[in-house]
Parts: sequence; structure tokens; C-alpha cells
Amino acid sequence: MKTDPREIALLEGLAKNDRQAIETIYKQHYNMVQALIINNNGSTDDARDVFQEAMIVLYEKARSGTFELNCLLKTYIYSVCRRLWLKRLQQQQKFVSNIDVVSETVPVEDELEAHGQRNTEFQMMEKAMQHIGEPCRSLLEAFYIQKRNMLDIAGHFGYTNADNAKNQKYKCLMRLKKLFFAAYKNNTP
Amino acid sequence: MEEMQLLDAVERYIANEMPAEERAFFEQLRKTNPEVDQLVVEHTMFLQQMDRFSDWKQYKSTLHEVHVQLAEAGSIQEKAPKATIVQLWKKYQRVVAVAASIAGITALTISAIAYYFAPKPASEIRLLSQELANVKINQKRTDQKVDQALMNHTPSFRPPANPKSGGTGFLIDGKGYLVTSSHIVADADSVYIQNTKGDFFKVSTLYVNKQTDIAVLKIVDSRYQPIKILPYALQKNTADLGEEIFTMGFPRPTSEIVYNRGYLSAKTGYNGDTSTYQLAISANPGNSGGPIFNHSGEVIGILSSKQNTAEGVVFSSRTKNIFTALHEIRKDSTNEDRIKLLLPSSIKGLDRVQQIKKIEDCMFMVIRY
Repeated sequence: MKTDPREIALLEGLAKNDRQAIETIYKQHYNMVQALIINNNGSTDDARDVFQEAMIVLYEKARSGTFELNCLLKTYIYSVCRRLWLKRLQQQQKFVSNIDVVSETVPVEDELEAHGQRNTEFQMMEKAMQHIGEPCRSLLEAFYIQKRNMLDIAGHFGYTNADNAKNQKYKCLMRLKKLFFAAYKNNTP
Repeated sequence: MEEMQLLDAVERYIANEMPAEERAFFEQLRKTNPEVDQLVVEHTMFLQQMDRFSDWKQYKSTLHEVHVQLAEAGSIQEKAPKATIVQLWKKYQRVVAVAASIAGITALTISAIAYYFAPKPASEIRLLSQELANVKINQKRTDQKVDQALMNHTPSFRPPANPKSGGTGFLIDGKGYLVTSSHIVADADSVYIQNTKGDFFKVSTLYVNKQTDIAVLKIVDSRYQPIKILPYALQKNTADLGEEIFTMGFPRPTSEIVYNRGYLSAKTGYNGDTSTYQLAISANPGNSGGPIFNHSGEVIGILSSKQNTAEGVVFSSRTKNIFTALHEIRKDSTNEDRIKLLLPSSIKGLDRVQQIKKIEDCMFMVIRY
């Protein structure tokens, strides 16, 4: 099945973190997912978490350069959300048999496995960031995430010059790398 | 300090911010120094990770913003579209289902048990009707049997009701001659006898002697089956004082034979009457005419009366009077009857029960109308 060109455009928008694309997908499919979750022992918060995770899966797929879903976007989102929710119910050890399938599904196990792997990596990074503490975290976030230049950062964080800031940033970075790689080695066999 | 500068250089190298000259130098350094090369690879990977992490975080925050924005705009319904009760229902559906099935099974089991143990009115009615049917069938059978019995007993052989009196008689000749007390058959319109099986036979009176209280009867019924040999005999001699005696009779209204025993208490009867004996034996009306046997089964007398003023005093006519009676019957030339007496008793030496069994068939209830 050929993917709708409009949906391909949406995925391209996702890859660029295009707010408009996110909004469109959100509007079209969120209510369906919410109904699915609530009808199967979930709350609205659960619905939001699951839907957003599905959006991340979609984002990763778009970022990897494949915009061919081989099915409708709706079916894809439904399948991913159903799978994610089942997994979460199992983790909570709730009494579930099988979520009754109200619309067709496609196999999404491979994507979810890759997503799970990346998710753990991101969580390791987040954990490491939290562990290095302030002001290291803010300093590194400013440099690597917000990608501001050293001079700007030095002024913002009250360092006398860029070299001082650079010095500080280096120390922080070394600590972060140490923490991250320790966790990374533990988690990858 | 050197390490910091090195890392800075690596970062600039990865970010491609190096001037061409420095870059050439750095690449040369990378080739010669594996540690630097290692650092480059590692840091490249780390920076990629950082990049993706930053993208991921930005994307997540965008998602969150979009969610909040859309929820506020009302494009998506934050509130659950379903009522709480429906949610509860969804949540506890399974529990309810399990509970309901347990309840259902329990109810079924109880009703099954109740059905099993409770009385079953419908089937009982059926049983009852079957029993009624059985009763009807039994009734029919009984009716048939009664009819057959009535057929066997032809009405002419059944004497009319309300007999005047009754007594006992016994055979002296198997052909159908009996002896009884004369007072039983005196003034009779007709006389019938009944054996222990309940069969009636009509008899005619051959001889009556009120003095000796002896009567001789003859069975005139064709249904009577003659008995060839009587078990007992008549004693010719006088009985001795204190001799043990027994008698049988029909004191009851039914043809039920009753046995009694006693002893000879005097050789003469009332006021010294030499034609009778005095006996000590219990006797009732109906025993009259009954034979008095001694222990060897010989008839020594015929029970006739009892003294009202004394207890347990019974009188019997002697056997001698029977011989007299038979002699007189023979003298009557118009009479063709030839009564033959059997002299030795065949039940001598038998025990009493065996004797009674043999005598029984020769005993009759005499009924006067």
C-alpha cells in the first residue's frame, strides 16, 4: 500500500520537529488513542504518555529517513499505541488478556525494539545529566542542547571570561562522559 | 590543561571548525597517535548521542506544548468521554463476570440439590395411580377367587345361617357314620357337619338315645370321600381311675379344632350313674359329643355334660353305650346299614401331636338347624 503523500509530508515535518505537523497528527489521532487506552483500564494521563511515545517512535522513523509506512498513519499509530499499552499493563502486572482489536493492526515489534533501545540510551543520558548537578547541568545544556556560544554562556553564568567558562565546561563534560559511559557499558552487553 | 586543549581541538575537529592547516596537522596526529584517534571516535559518538538527546528533548517539549495547547483549544478532549460508572464497569468487568458466574453456578447447584431432595408431587401422584391400579387388579383377582370358591361350594351344600346349636362328632366307620351327643341333634330340623377344612356335609340321624346321650349320624352327602381305615378304635373294657385322657372338639363358632387333656376322676357319673364317667378336663359348650381318648388313642367315652355346681367336673357317656346303640341299629331289620368297627388303634404308641394329626380328619363340627 502506497503511503499518502500528505502523510509523507507530515512525517517529513516531524523529522524537522515541525510544530505544525505535530499539531495536525495530534488533532487527527489523539482521541482514537485516548479511547483505546481508557477502554482498556487506562486514564487520560496514560493516554497522553502512550500517544506521545508513539509520536516519538514516529519521529525516530522519520529521522531515520523512511517515510514509507506501508499502511495508513492511523493504523500505524493505533498498532504502536496498542503494543505500548499492552507492554505497560504487563509491567504493572494488571489483569489483562488481550486488548480487543477494534481496528486493523500492523506488526510494529521491530520498530518498538529499536525505540526501546534508544529510549534507554536517552534515559541514561538524562540520568547522568541529573547526577552531575548544578551548575554543570545548565552549563552543558546551554552549550550542547541550546548550542549557545561560549562568550554568551560566560556572560549568562557570571564567568569573568570565555576561557573560565570553557574550563568549567570541560570539567563538567568529563564528569558527564564518565557517568554516561559507565552506564552505557553496563547496559550494552 | 593539555587534555582540555586536546578535547577542545577534538570538538572543533568534529564540528569542522578547524582551519585547513590545523586540520591537516590534527589528522596527522590522529594517524600517529591511537589515543587521540580513540578519543575522536569516542567523542564523536558522545556528541551524536548528545545531539540526539537534545533533539529528543526538544521534540518532547514540543509534544507537550502541543498537547497543552490543543487541550486548551478544545481540539482534543482531556476529559474522559465516558462516565465514571462506565469506567468502573470497564475496570471491574472481569471481576463482575467471575462473581456472576460463581453466583450462577452456586444458584444452579442449589436448585439442583433442592430439586433432587425435594418431594416430587407430580411423580408421586403417578405412583399413587399405579398403586390404585394394582389395588384394582388385586380386587379383581380376589373377586375371581371368591367366585371360584362359590362355584365349588354349590349353594345347596351351604346350610342357611343362624344354626340353633353346635357340638362335636367323630367317625366310627370311615364309610360315613358318626357318633355325637343326642342333645345336640335332638329336635333338629336338619343337621350338617363341617370338617376342619370348612366343608359342609349333610347328615341324617340314624339313632338317638336320650338316656345314654348317644346319637348316631350318617353322612348323606355325595361329596363325602369315605375314609378307609380310622386311626382310633373303641375301648371295650372299662377305663381305670386316674387314666390320662384327652379330647378334641369345636367350642368355637368356626371349624377350628381345640385340644384338651385331663384324667378320669371317677368311674361313675352324676349321682353314681354307672353309664357315665366323671372326668377332670376343661370343657365348654361345643365340646359336647367329642370323643374321650385314652393315651393309646382308644375312645373311652363321649363328652356329654358338665356339673354347674362344681368346677371342673365333666361327665361323659361310656363307649359301651355306642356298642349298645349299634346293636340296636342292627336289630332294626328295616335298616340296611352295616357299621363295622375297627378294633386295634393304629395310633397307639405315637406321640400326642402325631395322634392328633391323624384323628383331626375324623372330627366334625355338628351343626343343628
